[in-house]
Amino acid sequence: MPGTYIPLNYLPVLIILIVATLVGLLPLLLGIILRPKRYYPLKLTPYESGNPPVGEPQSKFSVRFYIIAMLFVVFDVEAVFLYPWAVAYDRIGLYGFIEMIIFIFILLIGYIYVWEKKALEWE
Amino acid sequence: MNIGITAIKVVIVISVTMLHVAYVVYFERKVIGHMQARLGPMRVGPHGLLQPIADGIKLFFKEDIIPSGADKPIFYIAPVIGVIAVLASLAVIPLWEGFSIADLNIGVLYILALSSVGAYSVILAGWASNSKYSFLGGLRSSAQVISYEIALGLSLVGIMMLSGSANLSDIVRAQSDYPFVLIQPLAFFVFLVSMIAETNRAPFDLPEAESELVAGYFTEYSGMRFGLFFMAEYAAMFIMSAVATVCFLGGWNGPDFWVFSYVPKIAWFLIKVYALIFFYFWIRATLPRYRYDQLMGLGWKLFIPLALVNIGVTGLVKESSNPIVIKL
Amino acid sequence: MENLKDNLDNGLKDSLPIATKELTLNMGPQHPATHGVLRLVLELDGETIVKCTPYIGYLHRGIEKLSEHRNYFQIIPLTDRLDYIASMSNNIGYCVAVEKLFGIEVTERSQFIRTIAAEMSRILSHLLWLGTHALDIGAMTVFLYCFREREKLLDLFERLCGARLTVSYTRVGGVKNDVTAEWLEDLYAFTGEFPMRVEQYETLIDQNRIWLRRTKGIGVISAEDAINWGLSGPTLRGSGVPYDVRKFMPYAAYDKVKWEVPTGKNGDVYDRYRVRMEEFRQSNLIIRQCIEKIPSGPIMADAPKFILPPKDKVLNDMEHLIHHFVLITKGPQTAPEGEIYVATEAPKGELGFYIVSDGTGKPYRMRIRTPSFVHISALPKFSEGSLVADIVASIGSIDIVLGECDR
Repeated sequence: MPGTYIPLNYLPVLIILIVATLVGLLPLLLGIILRPKRYYPLKLTPYESGNPPVGEPQSKFSVRFYIIAMLFVVFDVEAVFLYPWAVAYDRIGLYGFIEMIIFIFILLIGYIYVWEKKALEWE
Repeated sequence: MNIGITAIKVVIVISVTMLHVAYVVYFERKVIGHMQARLGPMRVGPHGLLQPIADGIKLFFKEDIIPSGADKPIFYIAPVIGVIAVLASLAVIPLWEGFSIADLNIGVLYILALSSVGAYSVILAGWASNSKYSFLGGLRSSAQVISYEIALGLSLVGIMMLSGSANLSDIVRAQSDYPFVLIQPLAFFVFLVSMIAETNRAPFDLPEAESELVAGYFTEYSGMRFGLFFMAEYAAMFIMSAVATVCFLGGWNGPDFWVFSYVPKIAWFLIKVYALIFFYFWIRATLPRYRYDQLMGLGWKLFIPLALVNIGVTGLVKESSNPIVIKL
Repeated sequence: MENLKDNLDNGLKDSLPIATKELTLNMGPQHPATHGVLRLVLELDGETIVKCTPYIGYLHRGIEKLSEHRNYFQIIPLTDRLDYIASMSNNIGYCVAVEKLFGIEVTERSQFIRTIAAEMSRILSHLLWLGTHALDIGAMTVFLYCFREREKLLDLFERLCGARLTVSYTRVGGVKNDVTAEWLEDLYAFTGEFPMRVEQYETLIDQNRIWLRRTKGIGVISAEDAINWGLSGPTLRGSGVPYDVRKFMPYAAYDKVKWEVPTGKNGDVYDRYRVRMEEFRQSNLIIRQCIEKIPSGPIMADAPKFILPPKDKVLNDMEHLIHHFVLITKGPQTAPEGEIYVATEAPKGELGFYIVSDGTGKPYRMRIRTPSFVHISALPKFSEGSLVADIVASIGSIDIVLGECDR
């Protein structure tokens, strides 16, 4: 189709993804021929220090990890905003600098709030 | 852009990297061995030089055990994701002037994005194993990796401000006079610590803290699947060291006088990468392990503020050296 | 319609406060950090331990019961298997108890040899403790450095009695072999360089901020609790109680040498660690003094009714031959009736042997008070409410051996 944008720059990325997938899968596929397959139920029980497992491992779990995940989203978005700003820093000058200071300042308020709320403590 | 040539380049770079990975394991065992008053591998080949190959062959012949109750497709795919994420990062690493598989203008972003994908492999492995130790290890790891990724990403912002580009080759070219570590020591420190945490290595190896969680997220993995995790971990160390070399230590640039000017550029690059990998091992042999809450506290309360301060200071210094032009 | 609403309400009631379930985690017996076959069932809320229940018995061999069917000499090899890291201390503890029961006076030289051997075994045990404790907290190098020194001491053990781990070195009434001057010289040389080695370990971990953060304020036991729970040894002294059997009820040659009892203040993991590090130095000091002061003389006491007579007398003398025959076939037949409890200071704490004798050649009942058993029973009390990583540090700091706990 004429006029369609083909990101040729990214073609090598596609190739490396394919090759990397092969590197990941080939040893496993090759292993199918080579490795022994002698299974019995006891061998297939999940490891729990030599005891039969009790309870369901994939249950509802502490909320801590959840908060960290939310914080990550916030701060990672901040980081993503910073990248283009950093690359274009020479061109946007003082105006851009002050703008970013304001942006970081707003985030910093949230950051201090999170700290004060003890969301970063684990006890 | 010739697809054939690119494909050959890709295959060569990946296979050379895999060989490096195998021998980085050997290098680690030797280095740590000598640090601990012992010899390390000595039996297979002269001074144990064939040990990595023997290990690799052995892994092919190991039984592949999938625990009952495991989420099979995810269990199968998790280590492969890890390997893909790590190896694909190789695409943007400039090995010497003009040589990188894909010369992307968002190289830094690409690396960070793929290291996030790597976190998936860990959390999926932990989840799919249907084992509590794996589950805890996977949760720990994902929380740790995402926390330190922020610090890692923020520490690179200063570099991008200085070089005015997110292209890794451009970043290296901007360091032809002096490496950025001299003017960004704080960012380098944050990056160095975060990269150790990001790759789950000691003293931040909590996801696989053997004294608590046995082997963490890959407790249930055996044979070649375990081998893939292992490969991904060491390849990630290689990639992270390469990124640090490119961003802070001047990449392929080396001293350009006397006999040094005859040294090929790739050698400078590899020397720096291996110095950093040695640093990894040195740290592992020296330091005890952090506790989980301490680790998270360190990341959120120290490294993120430090990285932000670094950005502010860099911006301020750069701004004050420029003529003040307010464009509205 | 009513029904539906009820169901909805009930459903809401169940789901609204999103309860996080506590995760029950088996830690051990097959686990890298439980020092043998200790099993802990942990109930976790996140990474915090809500409840910790130790289960023991995976290494039960019935040593106490077995002892009832063996004569007093045949029990010595069994005591090797109690705390297999410090088998010498167990041998000595048992022999001291039996000698007290029989009323045998051990010769001076033998006392000194025993003191040297016991302190060597204390250093050995503490070296293994330091190595594994550091390994649990993640400092890998310390472990291998400790084993370097252990190797030297074990070689000395091998030269002394032919065995490295399960030594069975002491006898009722003395010790098996005499020490040679050369052996003493080599040991003296070792004690000369050992304090430098201890400093090496300390430079690796003592000034390390990660180590301090992992150990200070963790697993705190107050002095009062420590006494109430019956803790002993370095675990008790870490809480600031200067109780040491070697000082309070001296046996062997401990009253003939000068040394101090190191104590801690806060009773946390770090203080217990400091106490044991100091004990390295004190044990070293004791060994040096013993080597300097060791008198010459026989190594076995002269009590033909309880102790095997020397071979040349057996071959020349009818009376000794009879004693030899009876002692070998039936054990000491003239053992006094009664019961006795004698405690010694093993590396892990107070090791007590309670022996009931009915006058025959075998103990009627033997009970062993082992420090590890007591320490494990106190583990839940100071580890509940802490994090998973802390319990690993706590287990390391009370220095348990399951061979001794399960017996």
